[in-house]
Amino acid sequence: MEQILEILEGLHPEIDFETCDTLIDDKIIDSFDIVTLISDLSEEFDVTIPVEDIIPENFNSAKAIKALIERLLEDE
Amino acid sequence: MYFTSYEFILFLVILFVIYYLIPKKNQWILLLLASYVFYSFAGLGYLVYILVTTLSTYFISRKIGLLHSTSSVYLKQNKGELSREERKAYKSGIKKKQRMWLVVCMVFNFGILAVLKYSDFTIANINSVFDLLKINKNIPVLGFILPLGISFYTFQTMGYIIDVYRDKYPYEKNIFKLALFISFFPQLIQGPISRFDDLKESLFAEHSFDTRAISFGLQRVLWGFFKKLVIADRLLVAVNTIIRSPDDYQGVYVLVGMFFYAIQLYADFTGGIDIAIGVAEVFGVSLKENFQRPYFSKSITEYWRRWHISLGTWFKDYMFFPISVSKSMLNLSKKCRRIFGDPIGKRIPVYLATIIVWFTTGIWHGAAWNFVVWGLLNCLVILVSQECIPLYQSFHKRFNVQDAFYYRLFQVVRTFWLMSFLRTLDCYRNVSTTFRMYGTVFTKWNWNELINGGLLGLGLTRWDYLVLIIAVLIILYVSLASRSKSYREILLTKPLLVRYLAYFALIISILIFGAYGVGYDSSQFIYSQF
Repeated sequence: MEQILEILEGLHPEIDFETCDTLIDDKIIDSFDIVTLISDLSEEFDVTIPVEDIIPENFNSAKAIKALIERLLEDE
Repeated sequence: MYFTSYEFILFLVILFVIYYLIPKKNQWILLLLASYVFYSFAGLGYLVYILVTTLSTYFISRKIGLLHSTSSVYLKQNKGELSREERKAYKSGIKKKQRMWLVVCMVFNFGILAVLKYSDFTIANINSVFDLLKINKNIPVLGFILPLGISFYTFQTMGYIIDVYRDKYPYEKNIFKLALFISFFPQLIQGPISRFDDLKESLFAEHSFDTRAISFGLQRVLWGFFKKLVIADRLLVAVNTIIRSPDDYQGVYVLVGMFFYAIQLYADFTGGIDIAIGVAEVFGVSLKENFQRPYFSKSITEYWRRWHISLGTWFKDYMFFPISVSKSMLNLSKKCRRIFGDPIGKRIPVYLATIIVWFTTGIWHGAAWNFVVWGLLNCLVILVSQECIPLYQSFHKRFNVQDAFYYRLFQVVRTFWLMSFLRTLDCYRNVSTTFRMYGTVFTKWNWNELINGGLLGLGLTRWDYLVLIIAVLIILYVSLASRSKSYREILLTKPLLVRYLAYFALIISILIFGAYGVGYDSSQFIYSQF
């Protein structure tokens, strides 16, 4: 979780990512941020995030992102 | 058969009566028949293209879908016997087969669109290269006529098949239901580009006679007619006068044309979508909204989230993300980070994907260089504004103006002006003419002609301008009033007399102030050409 929060804070230092769970719904992170985020997450966790997993539910909060990474790591 | 024709109104009335008289389970079949009748009015020959696209999409989505189901059954049955590596290898083998079928479908469906829409453009460019190299050769153009709505239904079918490939939902087993999804007549000419999972429930459901939904639908249709006939078709005359005689109308007229075209396009396209959504609503079908008050956007990125939403999200989901997060793009980004450092390396996937998407958006609108330049200029503005974000942030922090009304108004006006400026390329349909005309804004000072009756020489009378001003103010009022709630809901809370007076006024204004007759072409919607 720490690493995910660090990556997110690198994108938008002004947001409290520990509590925010409407990152996509409130347009806090946009498409450009998502691409940077996926690139950082892939590198950090050595995981492939398939395009079909780019849905709001998977990126609305740090917790959701963590769950996604855990699921993908398990599948691999 | 255009939405604004009498034939269409007659077609709707007949369909409406039969639709609510027949057994409900047959309603979707009637919609399918009606959609094909509607499409055949554009030319019987065009039916071949939509039929071929439907067949290819059906059989290939079936193939991909069956691979999904057989593989999950196989994996379930052999859960204990397969090692992790064997499961992985099996899954990847299936994915490979599915990808192959997806590529076949893409090449086939996009191939039809590409040949019909872009072959002459490609040939013309090859001939230009021959001329440039002084090669005495000229390839004759093929002169295909573009089937109605092909850009829209091709994108819709490709969205469907990619979703099936991604296992977002199972493939549609009934070919006729899929045919209806592809050909549903209200959305066929100019969208919105629907998603199967959004549409299927209401499209194939049994619908009872719901007075509220029908009355809401009819109101929406009337509102669309009002925008199209009272505003768009009236402004068309002035816009055409300006752009068809670029040598006569220069300087301030270019700005007038730009401003008029922005309003005309808005009224035309949103009017057409209002009619499409309203007609679908009359039959109980919910189409997604395609606009969210786009001219109130404070930045160009926001504007593109609120204008032609279904096309924007199509490009985002099926092109921007697949390109920008593809393995090869992420590897490229990694390499660039090592060579040029983090800030540049991180930008590579986003920049490349954005350029490809905007090039395609441009060419989707039309096979001509003006559309390509228009797309790439949009891309440039988006990328530059992305880079300027830190600058904006420090400006906002220092001056604290972000919530001030006048600053927000400035942002809205700036975005509107910028979008209108870029769209002039679509108006003159020629890159060099457009920029030459913009040059005349600075070199030819004829602003005095505006107050000396110049506007009356554009084919519109004082009366027309008065109608336009009032109609635009009405649209502005409705737009402002419907920020949080649809205006139809707001109207519903008003006393009965007020409501009926509003409906009556709308009908009367369409009948009296609608632009009909010689000089007015009320038949074509701008986006139906794309």
